Amino acid sequence: MKRRDFLKNCIMVIAGASVPLSALTLVDPRKVLAANPDIQWAFLINTEKCVGCGFCVKACKTENDIPFEANVTRTWVERYVYTKDDRRYVDSPKGALYGYTESRVDLGRGEFKEIDPKNVGKAFFVPKLCNHCGTPPCTQVCPVGATYKTDDGVVLVDRKWCIGCGYCIMACPYAARFFHPVLKVADKCTFCYHRISKGLETACVNACPFGARRMGNIHDINDPVTQVIMNERVGVLKDEFGTKPQAFYIGLAQEVR
Amino acid sequence: MVEQIAQHAMEVHGEAWTIKELFTLPNEYIYWSIQIVMYPFMTGLVAGAFVLSSLYHVFNVEKLKEIARFSLVFSFALLPVAMMPLMLHLQQPFRGIHVMMTPHFTSAIAAFGIVFSTYGCIVATELWLVYRKHFVLSAQTLNAQENRGLIDNFRRLVFNCLTLGAWDITPEAIEKDHKACKIMAGIGIPVACFLHGYAGFIFGSVKANALWMTPLMPVIFICSAVVSGVALCILCYVIVQEFRKFMAARKMSRWAKEADAPTVEELEGAKHMEVMLASNYLLYFMIAALTLEILDLIFRGYTQVKSWDILREVIMERDFVKIFVMQYGIGNVLPFLMMALPGRTVRRTTIATMLVLFGVFMMRYNVVIGGQAFSLSFAGFMDYHLPIIPHNLETFKEGLFGALSVIATPFVLFYFINKFLPAFLKEESSH
Repeated sequence: MKRRDFLKNCIMVIAGASVPLSALTLVDPRKVLAANPDIQWAFLINTEKCVGCGFCVKACKTENDIPFEANVTRTWVERYVYTKDDRRYVDSPKGALYGYTESRVDLGRGEFKEIDPKNVGKAFFVPKLCNHCGTPPCTQVCPVGATYKTDDGVVLVDRKWCIGCGYCIMACPYAARFFHPVLKVADKCTFCYHRISKGLETACVNACPFGARRMGNIHDINDPVTQVIMNERVGVLKDEFGTKPQAFYIGLAQEVR
Repeated sequence: MVEQIAQHAMEVHGEAWTIKELFTLPNEYIYWSIQIVMYPFMTGLVAGAFVLSSLYHVFNVEKLKEIARFSLVFSFALLPVAMMPLMLHLQQPFRGIHVMMTPHFTSAIAAFGIVFSTYGCIVATELWLVYRKHFVLSAQTLNAQENRGLIDNFRRLVFNCLTLGAWDITPEAIEKDHKACKIMAGIGIPVACFLHGYAGFIFGSVKANALWMTPLMPVIFICSAVVSGVALCILCYVIVQEFRKFMAARKMSRWAKEADAPTVEELEGAKHMEVMLASNYLLYFMIAALTLEILDLIFRGYTQVKSWDILREVIMERDFVKIFVMQYGIGNVLPFLMMALPGRTVRRTTIATMLVLFGVFMMRYNVVIGGQAFSLSFAGFMDYHLPIIPHNLETFKEGLFGALSVIATPFVLFYFINKFLPAFLKEESSH
């Protein structure tokens, strides 16, 4: 065989092989399986609208099969009370499962503090849930890859693969994770992935009577939630950790950590 | 029954031993409890014991010969125990093997399988090289022996297997073993340091935890690991030698009845020399460990970043006794003085090593539990209460008895390993 022919044949083989190989990239299973790659879910919380009724917590626990009385929760509401004599009280009894119906503040160890309503300077509620971070530390530290981020920006846990080491729980700066009391694996908010992927709202958004919780697609510029995030002053929790949280807050106070 | 199940389902992992105070986030508990204190403590002992044994093999510190061989065997007995606390801590222990099978390499824990098995192979190889002559000689003796009993038959089988078919024990072959052993020990030191350094990295890289997050953590862990490993080896060496003296005086064991058995005086002399030398190394590493720990503390106090307010309350007030009295006072300063002051005796050194071990344990405790003693909200605290009387599997595993079984296991393993790899061996059958 002449050198010329050899080179010619080589080029033909490479060209011929690259056609089926390029087909492999055309049908990247990740892209095919992702329902809609244009979606990036984000959460918007308006703390000024929250009244601490706890409906969101109840709805979440019911929807997601978290034992109702267990002292762990995927979402919770915190109460901040500042008195006029410059003292700060924060509590979240049972994650506000039963709402804030009492004026006394839970100090832990079974102690409570009654606060004189006339002495209250300012008080507000802050709902919290998993921030579905852009760079989640929890997925980074999982030793077996049982927790991962979906293409549409939701951090999920594979309950069949989690070994229950608790490293992700330690790595989360927001304490959004816990061990499921029955399944004995790490558990967290999924943005109700089973609902949002069918076009429904999350359970907490659905249950909130005041519209304090909203959810939207941050990649869609016409989405009302995206509009708010783009045009108004919103904050995120603990951005110093570099986690790029995807839960945005309206009316966030600097004391909220 | 239904109520019982409901009750059971309600108990969250960590709730049994966590007491919350002021504002803590609803999902916050002390998730990493006593077994995670045991984990770095036991790995530290493994790494430290190995480093002590390497001093002889790599740097030819002839005087440490006997304690070095003892440390190597003990390090091997400790090795499987380093994994035990992790298994006892996992919520899904049967899935623990996933760490080896599907490691996710962005996680510090995922390296565990690789580093741990590499290290295990190195220790096993080194042991085999050190004891090859002993295996061959024992196998030959047993093969030649007639009328073997059940036990001797079993020993024969094991020794024959342990030789791995390498029967050559000419001086040249032994010299080759010696060289290979030196190389393995040389590779072993960085691997041992890596094994423990990455245990420190597991904690030091948790950015969410204000107490843990420092790049000094792996280095601190390595230094205190060597301290604890050397201390344990000295302590066990003294105890075993005392035991052997007791046996030799009364001719109570098979070896003690032999004609060339070491006398009580010989044993005493060897013990004194080895303990004195090893405790010098212990002192050097203690200085390094203590310097780094204090540096970390001073740096935090001096820079006063946002977390310092709550850290100060934990370190200076709530955990003051555990940190400054138990860890630094009883566990560091007191044994340091006991060993550094003139007129040091074996007895004084032995007591000092016990205190050192206690000090290193308290250091692990204060890091692991202390790091979870405050809330991520920086507005509340969590108190840890070690479960003593277990009322279910979880409070057993992550309670006092779980921790005690982890401590006891290496000694049980050492007893059996020592039957085939005798830590104290007469000159001619080893090097």
